Amino acid sequence: MPLKTIQAPLPGIFYRKPAPDQPVYKSEGDLVAVGETIGLIEVMKTFTPVVAEEAGKIVAFHLETEDAVMAGEPLYDIET
Amino acid sequence: MTISKLFIANRGEIAVRIIRAAHELGIRTVQAVSAADRDMLAARLADEVVEVGKAHASKSYLNKEAVVAAAVASGADAVHPGYGFLSENADFAEMVEQAGLVFVGPKPETIRAMGDKATARVMAMRAGVPTVPGSEGRVESAAAALSAAREIGYPVMIKAAAGGGGRGIRVANTLEELAVLIPQASAEALAAFGDGGLYLERFVGRARHVEVQILGDGIRAVHLFERECSLQRRRQKVWEEAPAACLGADVRDALCASAVRLAESVNYRGAGTLEYLYDATTGDFFFIEMNTRIQVEHPVTEMITGVDLVKSMLRIAGGAPLALQQSEIRARGHAIEVRINAENPARDFAPAPGTVASLTVPGGMGVRFDTMLYPGYTVPPFYDSLLGKLIVWDDDRSSAIRRLSGALSELKIDGLTTTQSLHQALALDADVNAGEFHTRWLEGWLDANPAVAPAA
Repeated sequence: MPLKTIQAPLPGIFYRKPAPDQPVYKSEGDLVAVGETIGLIEVMKTFTPVVAEEAGKIVAFHLETEDAVMAGEPLYDIET
Repeated sequence: MTISKLFIANRGEIAVRIIRAAHELGIRTVQAVSAADRDMLAARLADEVVEVGKAHASKSYLNKEAVVAAAVASGADAVHPGYGFLSENADFAEMVEQAGLVFVGPKPETIRAMGDKATARVMAMRAGVPTVPGSEGRVESAAAALSAAREIGYPVMIKAAAGGGGRGIRVANTLEELAVLIPQASAEALAAFGDGGLYLERFVGRARHVEVQILGDGIRAVHLFERECSLQRRRQKVWEEAPAACLGADVRDALCASAVRLAESVNYRGAGTLEYLYDATTGDFFFIEMNTRIQVEHPVTEMITGVDLVKSMLRIAGGAPLALQQSEIRARGHAIEVRINAENPARDFAPAPGTVASLTVPGGMGVRFDTMLYPGYTVPPFYDSLLGKLIVWDDDRSSAIRRLSGALSELKIDGLTTTQSLHQALALDADVNAGEFHTRWLEGWLDANPAVAPAA
């Protein structure tokens, strides 16, 4: 199964969960379907969901909640 | 004691503004930066730069412990909080004072009292400042509602005690309408919220946002006239003016005097703003809340009064009494500020960070551009979208709008998409030129003018 690294579509702050007191959208090892939300990127106080464009199994995250990310930097690895 | 070294716990254009004021007073400056802000303009202008944390504001500019520790370690004797971030955080102000530094702003207890809307409303009422009239709690019967409405004045808003977010609100223009609507509203509220309780509030349909700038030294306070900030999108001001052209001289005097009364009644220290709703149809004004800090739109007040508000804050924080008597403060001409944000007006104001390829700044008499930009600067995506404020002054409002149009056509920010095109369109709009707007006017205008094309 090929391993792919998904890059950040936008620069901003990355969040793995919808709110501080809620569980993460996805954990390592979780299966994801196309269109599922993986995380959020906050750009100047506006939140944009990061949505899976391919189905597969998440192998690793490169960032944690509240980490800064630039467009094109690796977000997560997925086995498709 | 006068301040000799100032720590700036903020970023962007306001940090630049504070550094300029401090340097003019012979005060050395230490600029706080996040890891993402080392190359910002304020960091280039300050005498020293200290990194206080990671890019995310909660780890840097909002991290009270880290900011206070950095201020202490830098040897600064005062902290200016700017606006936003920790500027209205009473705990932070207290920590600064406990560390033996001066907080450039009011006392922590003033921030705490005025930051609570209910407390601020009580303080205002005690000082004889009008607040939005309403029933004292719930109205228990139709008869009680009619008698309360007689006191409040029509039109009245009928609100469900258990409602929220605009749900369960009805407006009665007359006693007859109210008599019909009360039982209906109660039944609806019971069905919708399981609670038929109602209360009444004066309905201000075409409210204008006016606010009074004050300065206080802890004993005495003065006003520096008012601003009008009715052009808003999603409750964010986009265009501000001074004075408020909609006010008659009598209303202006009463409004400004009420602000001084409230400021003196709480022994206000520093710069502050009292926000009011103004009902242009009745001439009534109602206090809404107080901002215990410098505001984004402070330059329009500086332009009409000639008083440097940030320098005044620093002098007062250094222990000096107010330098001005009320009779010495005069307003002259008209000033307008427009906010240049990194947002795309043609794409529902989506944030648009990027890199400034080149920058041409307008000039000439009565033109001022307070900005964080310089050529080659990359606007980080982590913070507010405000890039700068274009401010113009002229003898009267229509001349100021003309000057604004000219300045906007000179301003060239290559590499970024900004709200400059919105302001170019607004400056040509007939209603804006006539001063005919209210706090919900701009959102309607944007629906009718969806494609405010960004400047090429």
